[in-house]
Amino acid sequence: MKNFFKLSIGLFFTAVAFTSCNDQKSNKSNGALSSSNAEKVYIAPGEHDSHYAFLSGGYSGNLTVYGLPSGRMFKEIPVFSQFPTNGYGYSEETKPMLETSYGFVPWDDSHHPDISQTNGKLDGRWIFINGNNTPRIARISLTTFETEEIIEVPNSAGNHSSSFITENTEYVVAGTRFSVPVPQRDMSIKDYKGNFKGALTFISVDPEHGHMDIKFQVLMPGFNYDLSHPGRGKSHGWFFFTTYNTEEANSLLEVNASQNDKDFIAAINWKKIEEYVNNGGGTMMPAKYAHNLHSDVTHTATSTMKNEVRVVNPSEVPGAVFLLPTPKSPHGCDVDPTGEYIVGNGKLSANLTVHSFTKMIDAIENKKFDGDAYGIPILKFEDVLAGSVEQPGLGPLHTEFDGKGNAYTTFFISSEVVKWKLGTWEVIDRKPTYYSVGHLAIPGGNSREPFGKYMFAMNKITKDRYLPTGPEMEHSAQLYDISGDKMELIYDFPTHGEPHYAAAIPAEIIKDQSQKIFKLAENEHPRKTLSDAEGKVVRDGNNVHIYMTMIRSHFSPDNIEGVKVGDKVFFHITNLEQDFDVPHGFAMIGANNAELLIMPGQTRTLTWEAKQVGVWPFYCTDFCSALHQEMQGYIRVSPADSDIELSWSLGE
Amino acid sequence: MKKAGIVMVLGSLLLLGLFKFPLWNIMLGAPQYPEPLGMNIYIQGIKGVSEFDLQNIDGLNHYIGMKTIPKPEDMWEFAVFPKVIIGMVVLGVAIGLLGFFEKISYKYFLGWFVLMSVLGILGMYDFNNWLISYGSDLDPHAIIKVTNPDGSPMTYKPPLFGHQKLLNFDVTSLPHIGGYLMFVGMSLTLVAFWLGRRFSLKKHGRVIS
Ligand SMILES: [Cu+2]
Repeated sequence: MKNFFKLSIGLFFTAVAFTSCNDQKSNKSNGALSSSNAEKVYIAPGEHDSHYAFLSGGYSGNLTVYGLPSGRMFKEIPVFSQFPTNGYGYSEETKPMLETSYGFVPWDDSHHPDISQTNGKLDGRWIFINGNNTPRIARISLTTFETEEIIEVPNSAGNHSSSFITENTEYVVAGTRFSVPVPQRDMSIKDYKGNFKGALTFISVDPEHGHMDIKFQVLMPGFNYDLSHPGRGKSHGWFFFTTYNTEEANSLLEVNASQNDKDFIAAINWKKIEEYVNNGGGTMMPAKYAHNLHSDVTHTATSTMKNEVRVVNPSEVPGAVFLLPTPKSPHGCDVDPTGEYIVGNGKLSANLTVHSFTKMIDAIENKKFDGDAYGIPILKFEDVLAGSVEQPGLGPLHTEFDGKGNAYTTFFISSEVVKWKLGTWEVIDRKPTYYSVGHLAIPGGNSREPFGKYMFAMNKITKDRYLPTGPEMEHSAQLYDISGDKMELIYDFPTHGEPHYAAAIPAEIIKDQSQKIFKLAENEHPRKTLSDAEGKVVRDGNNVHIYMTMIRSHFSPDNIEGVKVGDKVFFHITNLEQDFDVPHGFAMIGANNAELLIMPGQTRTLTWEAKQVGVWPFYCTDFCSALHQEMQGYIRVSPADSDIELSWSLGE
Repeated sequence: MKKAGIVMVLGSLLLLGLFKFPLWNIMLGAPQYPEPLGMNIYIQGIKGVSEFDLQNIDGLNHYIGMKTIPKPEDMWEFAVFPKVIIGMVVLGVAIGLLGFFEKISYKYFLGWFVLMSVLGILGMYDFNNWLISYGSDLDPHAIIKVTNPDGSPMTYKPPLFGHQKLLNFDVTSLPHIGGYLMFVGMSLTLVAFWLGRRFSLKKHGRVIS
């Protein structure tokens, strides 16, 4: 008995020793794993990331620039929203950028960035992004990393299936999520069905300057057009849009728009419609929409109101538009790098549907139609189906590709990314995301040649991923290494606003073209001031124009007298610096707008109303030099009936 | 002697490189200037290495009261140096050709080299004097006045040759392509002298082992 007791104690200790040994072992291997993951994302101080990632800002209305793999944020580019940080949308020069047919709209909901392409490859000239709420498309330069152009999209509402570009940047395409009466008119909402229209807009892009112009709008049946992608390679010339609410319900859509077993992917042969339009086809219809363009030479934006747009009814161009039945309210509409497969991510479907472009063309040629919707032929599901991924997860939203024959799909409800093989449709790997992933991005994922090293998932719910910051938190992104067979979660970083999509590109394609300064010698701003001596103050009725310069570390002039209560004061300020990364700021006490950040060689104007008698200071907000704190000045405001003459000075 | 004459002509012609390439270069790097600012010193004037370098150097130097970098018209040297170089090239080519046709002694080659060296040293002396005045003739109203440990005002003379730390800047001063071409050219005239001497010794029947 004693022996047995001893033996059991011995066993017990052995077990403990064994277990603890095991524990140590597994801890150790975890440590090794996470340390090698740390190496994968660690960018040493002063080193550069290998990729740029451009994430949409969602309700911030902007675009943020990140580095991969570090997840560091480099810049927030103001696009559709006023940005008091640098005066975008507040300065006289940039206010026209936010003009629309609805007047000045200072905010939007930015969704889907896409980088310009040549021959189906990312060329890194521009990035486009859509404003979802007040339909607009913006073009951002990838040399200045600033918004250069915004065009409004008429007849559209909820500009969601946008802004995706064709493989030579011939078009940036914008589809409407909400169908609406076209043209808008006073009518009963109940008469939606059969009367509302969904406009799909093809905006041409000038190959040299990138300037945008609406070439035509296809007026489709009143479905909701959710997302879209261009054909590429063999399917170049086509564009694919997912639809939901093909029931054409106008109320309680969560039930009424989920009744049909299948919705559609609309396939548009845009080359055919382009040819039709080039031969005078389509109808010019009255429509008001703003076209806003910023110049790096005048440093000024202009807004032009356009009055008509060319619309095309699909029935006018037989053989240009077809409907591909796709299960259950598909969200993402994604085309693989070869252009053969069109993935419909049916968000309420158990399976993931993949259509074949070749089969689609075959079915069209053989006229294998299964009825029509408002005159648009419907193809048979079985005739266009390439295959489906069986039961991959719950709530598929969006798919991207690695260029090695694999696809990666996000599943919102089961909160995971699933890797599967094109052609065999087998699931290769699945990894959880934290939490409820919306879109994902692979650098070049929407092109013929993806750079399949990294993939990141943009999640809608953050919860406990970071230190808590009250009820409102930044969203969360997860970075995966996809160079091996299995995906590996290597990093987790917060994102600004609500990214709905992202476009990423190897850094070497764009980093060397990034501009450092604007040349003062090329500044053609009508109110520029090119030297301290040229500074002046000019009265024009109640408007006082101050022509001012800024250079380390003073404004010229910095003492101004003769301004009166009731005057509107325009500070036209030119930054004389020609040195990289030396912007100056300008802040005026009591300004009802914002500050200005003025880049070297640039001219910007801030408006200030003189409301009270007194002597009022202004100063530089950007810590520019050792004497930054001395960079300041005063304006004397006298009573409205005062007879003090305008005078200005520096250093007297 | 033909060979010596050709080498003499070539050596003198290499001085023409000074009209295309900088004689000297001064680079200024600092923590805030990972891509350093720089000035290229040509015989006709000073230019920035990058388009706005001179403006930016002047902008920084005004804090410590340094004068702006001189324009070509501000210094007589930039008018005289090109003429001196042209003169020396013409002289060198002429001596070389006369040597080629054996009209003059090889000793003229050495004479040219000595004259050029004297002029070069005078030029360097003058350049150094300018660096001293540029670095120490400071505006008494300078925004930032730094003193040495002994209480004397700090001066900012860039080095004539090599590296020196000036406040937050690492300053490196070295010859540039034009300067190197000049040194090679001058060395060639020495080679010409040596070739000429060897030819002359052979001709006069003296054997060299
Ligand atoms: Cu400043």
